[in-house]
Amino acid sequence: MSVDKQTVAKIASLARIKMGDDELEQMVPELNAILDWVEQLGEVDVTGIEPMSAVIPNALRLRDDVVDADPKTGGGKRDAVLANAPAAEHGFFGVPKVIE
Amino acid sequence: MTDFTSLGVKAIRDGVAGGDFTAREVAESFNAAVAGAAELNAFIVTTPEHALAAADAADAARADGKAMGPMAGVPIGMKDLFATQGTQTTAASHILEGFTPEYESTVSQNLWNAGAGMLGKLNLDQFAMGSSNETSHFGNVSSPWRKEGTNSAMSPGGSSGGSSTAVAARIAPAATGTDTGGSIRQPAAFTGICGIKPTYGRCSRWGVVAFASSLDQAGPMARSVEDCAIMLGAMAGFDAKDATSLQMDVPDWEGALSSDLKGKKVGIPKEYRMDGTDEAILASWEQGKAWLKDAGAEIVDISLPHTKYALPAYYIIAPAEASSNLARYDGVRYGLRDLPEGAGLQDMYAETRAAGFGDEVKRRILIGTYVLSAGFYDAYYTQAQKVRALVARDFEQAWVDCDLILAPTTPTASFPLGSLTDDPLTMYLNDVFAVPASLAGLPAMSVPAGLNPDGLPLGLQIVGKPFDEQTVLDAGLAIEQRAGFTNAPEKWW
Repeated sequence: MSVDKQTVAKIASLARIKMGDDELEQMVPELNAILDWVEQLGEVDVTGIEPMSAVIPNALRLRDDVVDADPKTGGGKRDAVLANAPAAEHGFFGVPKVIE
Repeated sequence: MTDFTSLGVKAIRDGVAGGDFTAREVAESFNAAVAGAAELNAFIVTTPEHALAAADAADAARADGKAMGPMAGVPIGMKDLFATQGTQTTAASHILEGFTPEYESTVSQNLWNAGAGMLGKLNLDQFAMGSSNETSHFGNVSSPWRKEGTNSAMSPGGSSGGSSTAVAARIAPAATGTDTGGSIRQPAAFTGICGIKPTYGRCSRWGVVAFASSLDQAGPMARSVEDCAIMLGAMAGFDAKDATSLQMDVPDWEGALSSDLKGKKVGIPKEYRMDGTDEAILASWEQGKAWLKDAGAEIVDISLPHTKYALPAYYIIAPAEASSNLARYDGVRYGLRDLPEGAGLQDMYAETRAAGFGDEVKRRILIGTYVLSAGFYDAYYTQAQKVRALVARDFEQAWVDCDLILAPTTPTASFPLGSLTDDPLTMYLNDVFAVPASLAGLPAMSVPAGLNPDGLPLGLQIVGKPFDEQTVLDAGLAIEQRAGFTNAPEKWW
């Protein structure tokens, strides 16, 4: 499979990265070289193999169902959470108007 | 002022604890070395005051007869992928420029609790995506090594290239690294130092800027195997804040370190003998076999049949995870915001990410977005996950016949900066020997084997069974003792 300029533009839009015509043109052969190369995975016989998402056997833990179980990741940290926001206003994240 | 910069972790810790010198003298010495090495561009920011404060605390603890931590008085470099409270953390990306965390990553906190101090935040490939340290927004890192008879700047490897350069140049006794598909081992090999990626889950990922979460793992980089054992012991440990953290005790790797490999079987994977591998690399591999045999190990031939497919599987899985992880950089909560006059929310996202991410990061996000998109998900992503299962199964089957695996770390020695930047695929091939162990989550280490005919360092890689960092470190020590690698780059900066 290979991608054309239109497909790359679509992917860039899905990924929310603005790209000009020149950038798209440049990206097409680069992405195609990578996609051509990964194509070889199709040769591998994977009959009966389950896809692997976690590599070391490990069970998900449950924690006690209490508020602020870990003070570092618990609540009550509004100012710390907003400290690096580009536009914090009135204790909220500020964004451009979304409703006309 | 006495120069302490030739000392490693253990020598500094023991010297401070024994009263041979003060931690403050050591910190001042390294702070000066860092300040004098700006040309290497290893650091994004320096934090001399942090190193001095930790040194003073270590000296005070000794004066008061208090217990000293396993890294007390040791100033280290911190890869700029670890969140450090009050100190800018960027992942070498413009999109995080100015980001000052309100919290400390678990691994860095563990190191401060062990008594270490911070010399500064180390440069890296942007979001740890790269094998040469040429994708940083803050400029390339230069290796302290040069090809004999030339003056061209060489790659320190990547993504932990600031870490490898700082340790090799003796401007830090040790540094943290992270390894997603070779980012500790390949730079360690390029610069003639040691580095170990532990079993996936040993070191907490909490507070580490995420690249590919099923692969990301932190580890130490230092000039000796023993220093790596000490520092890994300080970094590792269970952390409830990381869902994939291993709920296991941290063994005393330093205390149990032994280069006696009697009764151990070392597997030599035939598939790692690839076309185009450098002659000097193959010779060092043969030498490594002889060294491990001399240490008492038995050498056995093994097969890892899916080796060839590990790298292409990695270049689907890692970008897929990255495209998802990096969705958080949206110009709303932290980092850069690019909001043209009159633009709406969607435009702000797209403009911010266009301005904030570098070319390699964009390339990987696009690949990841494509392989996860409807219609292509099964053909690419699910297939890659199945191949990953087969790569892991190859290793499981190999462990029937051997206890560890010896291979080269990289297919070539370091290359001049700029020589591979036009060709992403050739750059990716740097990690062909490193990626299989990453996909399988296994502990793996690079130790220096010697110099090639150009005077550049070569590394040997040891891969171990899950949770068996000890045997990996032991074999590393056996190689280190026999290789006698004491070469240091000649100072030109």
